[in-house]
Amino acid sequence: MRFWEKPFGKEKPKTICGEIHIINDRCKGCSFCIEYCPRDVLELSKDFNKKGYHPPVIAKPDLCTFCGLCEMICPDFAIFVTEKEEE
Amino acid sequence: MANNTAQLQEKPHPMEDILRMDRMPHIWCSGCGLGSAVTAFVEGLKKAGVSYDKTAIVSGIGCTGRVAGYLRLDSYHTTHGRAIPFATGMKLANRDLTVFVFSGDGDLFAIGGNHLIHAARRNVDINVICVNNFIYGMTGGQNAPTTPLGAYSSTAPFGNYEMPFNLVGLAAASGASYVARWTTMHARRLTDSIATAANKKGFCFIEIISPCATVFARKNRGGTGLDLLKDFQARAVIDHDADPTKIPLDMDNEIVCGEFVNEDRPTFWENVQTGIKSRLEKFVNWEEMQSNSRKIFHKKDRKYTSSRDFNLSGAIHE
Repeated sequence: MRFWEKPFGKEKPKTICGEIHIINDRCKGCSFCIEYCPRDVLELSKDFNKKGYHPPVIAKPDLCTFCGLCEMICPDFAIFVTEKEEE
Repeated sequence: MANNTAQLQEKPHPMEDILRMDRMPHIWCSGCGLGSAVTAFVEGLKKAGVSYDKTAIVSGIGCTGRVAGYLRLDSYHTTHGRAIPFATGMKLANRDLTVFVFSGDGDLFAIGGNHLIHAARRNVDINVICVNNFIYGMTGGQNAPTTPLGAYSSTAPFGNYEMPFNLVGLAAASGASYVARWTTMHARRLTDSIATAANKKGFCFIEIISPCATVFARKNRGGTGLDLLKDFQARAVIDHDADPTKIPLDMDNEIVCGEFVNEDRPTFWENVQTGIKSRLEKFVNWEEMQSNSRKIFHKKDRKYTSSRDFNLSGAIHE
């Protein structure tokens, strides 16, 4: 009965998590990344950056699944995602 | 949050090796789609597996013409409308290069319209990426040949009375081997399309519909760049089997996206080879002439070395 050696729920399934990096002073506040994030990880910050725009801020860092859509759609090369290393 | 912000400055952006970082930040407005198009282009090159040393990018004039200046490739900023003749010459002189033309609708279809249709007719082995924002953006929003019927612009204050060009239809009818149309919102499909074009022989044409927040949206009450992008998302339909000549763009109806043409035709250089071979075969040994022609190397005396020398080292030192 090899099936019962590792019962369900004992080992947590490995999920891919991403870590978002935002270069604040390069952002021009177009909010494409906020709108097109599939899991609504980002939201608009209340602070201003050097240019006077509102950069995005990471609201729910645990929800990021490393899809990389924010990196693809950012017109200012100001946001990128790396895969979070497992502890 | 403060910790996150401090940490991110240490890691560089993954595209910094291919962007000219001394020129950043770029001059494109907030809400412009050109940066997304550049990201898709770079990702497409990575996906296609093309060597950066053997990739050249040619641009004309305009907002999109600045793309060549921002990329750390062999980049050329040519005169207005003449990006395609320049790229044709470069491709025929050095057939190992993958040549991309990255320019706007005003450059490729207004002043350079003839060059485009004739390059497509000859089927020169270059890849043309045309970013269409429906208007002359850099000069202040004048009427372009792609401005939809009824749209407002600086030189059409009562609406545009001229019929616009259908870019994909024109390229397909002129005989391009690969024709596709995407918006900047279709980031992944656009990346795949560019990767396909980089590895395909013949004339490849990709139209990228991009929001122009500062000029086009202001004249036509389109809102911000984000509003235009949402509008594209609502109107875009993906149909690979659509007839490219029957899908013009206008202000209200759907934007049909897809890869419309993907076929193999003999390229210009192959036709030249066939023609010369049939004439000269009686007089000379064709294979010997071919091998000699590859040995002509006029940069023998140069002082620098490039990574390309290692591949051709046998040919150089003979």
